[in-house]
Amino acid sequence: MALDVLIVDDSAAIRKILHRVLVQADVPLGRVVEAGDGAEALAALKNQKVGLILSDINMPNMDGLQLLSAVKADVAVKDIPVIMVTTEGGSSKVMEAVNLGAVGYVRKPFTAEQIKEKLAGII
Amino acid sequence: MEERERYMEQEQLVGMIRKSTHEVFETMLGLTLDDGEAAIGQAAPAPIDGVVAIIGLAGCWVGTGTFSVTAEGARKIASQMLMQEYTAVDEEVLDALGEITNMIVGNVKTALEEQCGAMGLSIPTVIYGRNFTTRSVGRNEWIVVPFHCLGTKVEVHLCLIQGHENQHMARQTAILTMQ
Repeated sequence: MALDVLIVDDSAAIRKILHRVLVQADVPLGRVVEAGDGAEALAALKNQKVGLILSDINMPNMDGLQLLSAVKADVAVKDIPVIMVTTEGGSSKVMEAVNLGAVGYVRKPFTAEQIKEKLAGII
Repeated sequence: MEERERYMEQEQLVGMIRKSTHEVFETMLGLTLDDGEAAIGQAAPAPIDGVVAIIGLAGCWVGTGTFSVTAEGARKIASQMLMQEYTAVDEEVLDALGEITNMIVGNVKTALEEQCGAMGLSIPTVIYGRNFTTRSVGRNEWIVVPFHCLGTKVEVHLCLIQGHENQHMARQTAILTMQ
């Protein structure tokens, strides 16, 4: 079954790179939906079902941790696995994301292999 | 602050900038950088034609990090990063440069956090133009770390002062546009 993915990052460059990595990864990729911040991501989730969320943390309007909290509090989408892909490498941010329910954490800069490894762990 | 202590701090920061910039370029662009000679100065980045991305830091250290490159260099870097040819400095090129800056300064921030605790990072601002300069309010020293790649020079500048408790705002950077 194809995996639909929501990529959330305020950088179009990073969204493009993650999209390319997903295409190259050994996963049955379906639709890729993109959002520029947490608020856009929540709006997208109301209309489109996805099987995985890749999210940055530092974003305007609604950051990635606020998005993660909102997703885990919504019974309709709380089971979607969320992987944080972010420059926030400090242990406090990692712990916060894990405590909020993130299933993975990839620090930028990332290699395609690191993303693929995280995908392999949850798909 | 003792001169020796200050020198060690500057050397340490230069090392953090070099490590972070090399990692970002090698991982995201597949490029090896050649190091230039780092310098310490009172002035912000000199007037340039090209792209400057600016990002603020707050917390135990407070300040500003910048990444500057010529327009041609910006196009080459974005082309390498996004695997497509850019013939002009457009939104995607500026976005790519902002994200590179975010990763470089973000990794320096992570290294600083290991010494003194959580810090904050602003959203990057990217400026593209001709003959402009940037200034940080105050008279603090800038650490200037140049690199060479793709036939062009890129520079990472960092201006940091030790922050006070409850000081959460990054220093303002004023942008002076010159004719």
